[in-house]
Order: sequence, then C-alpha cells, then structure tokens
Amino acid sequence: MTTVDTAVGTAKTMVLNMGPQHPSTHGVLRVLLELDGENVVSAVPDLGYLHTGIEKSCEDKTYSQVITLTDRMDYLNPLGNNLVYCLAVEKLLGLEVPKNAQYIRVMMVELQRISSHLVWLGTHALDMGAMSVMLYCFREREEILKIFERFSGQRMMTSYIRIGGLALDPPAGWRAMVKRFLDMMPPRIDEYEQLLTGNQIWKGRLQGVGYLSPEDLVDLSTTGPGLRAAGIPYDNRKMFPYSSYEEFDFDVPTRTESDCFARYLVRVAEMRESVKIVRQAMAKITDNGPTKAEAPGIVPPQREKMKTEMEALIYHFKIFTDGFSPPPGEVFVAVESPRGELGCFIASDGSPKPLRVHFRGPSFINLQALPFMVEGELIADTVACIGTIDIVLGEVDR
Amino acid sequence: MTQVSKESAGVVVEHLRAWNAKAVSQVIEYRGQTTIVVPKELLRATAQECKSSPALRFNLLSDATCVDRFPVEPRFELNYQLVSLPRVQRISLRTSVSGQQPIVDSLMPVWKGANWLEREIFDLFGIRFEGHTDLRRILLPDDFEGAPLRRDFPVEGKR
Repeated sequence: MTTVDTAVGTAKTMVLNMGPQHPSTHGVLRVLLELDGENVVSAVPDLGYLHTGIEKSCEDKTYSQVITLTDRMDYLNPLGNNLVYCLAVEKLLGLEVPKNAQYIRVMMVELQRISSHLVWLGTHALDMGAMSVMLYCFREREEILKIFERFSGQRMMTSYIRIGGLALDPPAGWRAMVKRFLDMMPPRIDEYEQLLTGNQIWKGRLQGVGYLSPEDLVDLSTTGPGLRAAGIPYDNRKMFPYSSYEEFDFDVPTRTESDCFARYLVRVAEMRESVKIVRQAMAKITDNGPTKAEAPGIVPPQREKMKTEMEALIYHFKIFTDGFSPPPGEVFVAVESPRGELGCFIASDGSPKPLRVHFRGPSFINLQALPFMVEGELIADTVACIGTIDIVLGEVDR
Repeated sequence: MTQVSKESAGVVVEHLRAWNAKAVSQVIEYRGQTTIVVPKELLRATAQECKSSPALRFNLLSDATCVDRFPVEPRFELNYQLVSLPRVQRISLRTSVSGQQPIVDSLMPVWKGANWLEREIFDLFGIRFEGHTDLRRILLPDDFEGAPLRRDFPVEGKR
C-alpha cells in the first residue's frame, strides 16, 4: 500500500483513482491511472488493502494447522492452495501419498479449476456489460460447490486435502453426482460460447486489447492462461507433473494472439480439458481405496482404531498437541492453479512449526504486467485487462 | 512433485563452475531439489549467466523469497527459483545477506519480473536491493515501522 503523489499529472494529463472500491477491480485493488483524455499514459497498481500477514501467521502454527490458512488466500481455488502446501510438506517429509488419494486430489483440483474459471467468466462478462452470462456461470458453479460440500462438509473453505492424503473418504453416491455434473457441463460450455465467442460486442471489447509479446510476458514472470494465450505452452501439469498428472491424457490449450480475447478462449478450452481429466480420474479411483498414507505420527489415525489401539490414541494426541517435526531443509513446489504457477516454499528448522512459509501467488505476479498492458489503451480497456489477468485479491495481498 | 533429474542439475553446476570458479560456493541437494549457493557479490552476474547462456536459458524467474535465520549471522537467505522453459528445468539460487548490512544487488536488470518480488522482500524483511528502480513498500502502508517477517518481530504485532 502506498500514498501516491496525486500531483504527478502535468498540464496535459490528470490522475484518476480507480478503486479500491471499484466493482471491476474484483476486490480491493487500487490503480492510479494517469490519463490523457481517455487514454492511459501510465498505471500504478496499489496493493495491500487485504494484507492479513498469512505468511507470518504460518510461522506460529504447526504444519497441520497451516492448511486452514491456505484456503483463505486464493478463495476461488482453496483446494489448489491446500494441494500445493501439502505437496510441499510431503516433499519435506519424503512422504508418498497412495495413488488413489492422488487421483481424488486431481479430480477435486480440476473441478475447482472449472469453478474458478466459471467465476472468472461470469464476472468478466459482467464487467464487459453482459449481465446474463454471470447467472449461467454461477448456476453451474453451484453444482460444483454441492459436490465439494458432499465430499468435505464445506462449500468453499474445504481444507479437504491434508498432509499425507485427504480429510475424509469420498462420500456414498459421489460417482453419480460427479457424473451428472460432467454430462451436464460440455453443453453448458457450448452455451457460454454461443453467447460470447461470436458476439460482436464481446469481440470488439476484447480483440487486440492488452497485447504483450511472449518475450515480455516471460520476462515479467507471467504464468498461466495469460502466457499460454501468447503461444507458450507452459503448464506445470505437463512440464513438471505432480500428483500423477503424467498419467492423464489432456491437451494444453494455447493461442498466439496474446490479447484479452485469446485469454478468454484459452480459459474456456481449459474448462473442457478439465472435464476430460475429471472423467479419467473417476475411472482411476477405486472404491474403498486408500485415501491416506500409512504414516503414524503425521497422518491422524482412524477414529475406530483410536478406540481399540493404544498407539493410535497416543499418535492422535501427539499430532494435535506437539505436531510433527520434518527434517531441516528447504523445498519449493509448484502446481498449476487456475491463474498460473502457484508455488509454495517451506523452510524447516527441524521444529514442529515451519521456519518460513512463502506462497508464490500467481495473481500477485501476473498483476505486474498490468501497467505494460494498458499503456496507451483506453480506460475501458483497463477494465478488460484487469479482468483477463484474473486476479484474486486474497492471493495478491495474502 | 517437482521433477529435476540429477544429471541435468549437474550440467548447470558444471557450467557455472566453468564460467567462474568462484560462482558456486556450495551445492545443496535436498529431496531431489538442487540449490546453488552463490556469493552475494556474484549474484547478479550469475543470474545473468543463467538467463543468457545458450546452454542454460533460465528465462523465467518464478519466485524470490527470504528466510530469516535470526540470531544466526548472516541471518538472511535469499532464495530464487528459476525456470528454463526451453529446457524444462528448475533450479534454485541462494545467497546470504548479513543483518548489519542488509543490502544486495537487485535482479531487476536481469528479469523485469523481479520488481514486485523484491519489493515484497524489501517491505516484509527490510532488505534493500541495489539497482532496483522503484523500491517502495508494496503490501504495508508507508508509515509502517519495522519489517514484520523478521523473526524478531512478534507474531501478535508490536504495541
């Protein structure tokens, strides 16, 4: 957060304060726009309105307690945040998760990707003046949230992915529920495309807007759909597979135009790919297969065992009072979140609390490209650019 | 999990050693992840070599962060995560910064993307980056006192 000299405007330009309560800034982003008429001369993003010090809080919690904090960073992708954190702790511990649990993780994260892209599509269309798309998108997202609720008991802040596996076994009847959603989704994506892809107003607002060359995007550390819309097929799921993604058959959609319209097309295509991945994951998941690693002292024991076995009771008590201590060392793990490369860096000093937890939030880093995208464009295009970068302020500010 | 094959990380280490004998002061292998420890004075030059050498081509700076080892000196460890998109490889660079003089060369001349990452470290750890063109606080208000992610800053805040 910063106080900016509002007198920077010269005789020809004026400074306009956009946000932090502007609806198109998706939360509390503030952008200071220096304008020449309606053209943007320069843009200075101003962050920090939602800074809650999550990384500092992590240092005062045991490894398992941190999971609930990760949900609250990128609140449109809580399962992805859980996943990257748990993968990092598991790497620190050298813990292998059962294949079955890995497939369930993949399924959940891909459903989350669809739901995140749906919120993006709906709100972005709303920014561009297309009211009805938002209602359609939220209708489908509701179905995904119902699936999450059935799996974890929570609609949004699920904390479903835990260190060493999952919080709960899949609920009875989950296959029918997920299958119904998968059968419904592709025609619904066609519906959105019918409303938008050929729409002259939509194209007029997005085509040719917010162009950046692939070299600039890489130099600015941009990842995710923004980079793939510039023709660079960088996707962690393909290039650095984690959680058994190498066993799945899917494409990485790319475009070459590198404008807002290309970013829209990439995200819509990604939703279709995610449907494919969820279908494959469903086929791989075995009923009553293991959902937790065998790691006493790290993974909480089953309730039933605690009532009959002394060791289970002791481990349970130890995990929730002392926690566990990974060996000293540092790890960095990256996954592909709906917004790009989501990284987690953990430094352990051998105590039950992490020495340092750092999250590489793709929203935060992708937002760096905004001033370069909007220079010379119109104010209305700034709205389109902020939209297609797809920021979640909870993750930008942490 | 991040997959970095051992021989390919070895190529990077060999290349850097051949480029400048002093560039690699230590190589840390931990859980299949290679971290190259670089002397502070050579950080920017090494980063530039990693980026522009045709044999390495680490064109994406994925992440930069700091670890505070207070009260050990030098207390700060800066960790840079590099990705080579053409060669599909990850590597970490690390350098140590002392608490008495927390100043280090900025990597902004190498990757523009270092801008906000370094501003975040400056904001939360109070490390200054020499050569950064826009070193201002990014998350905290301008009048905030102290660097909250330092280990000697209390979790519940200062009163």
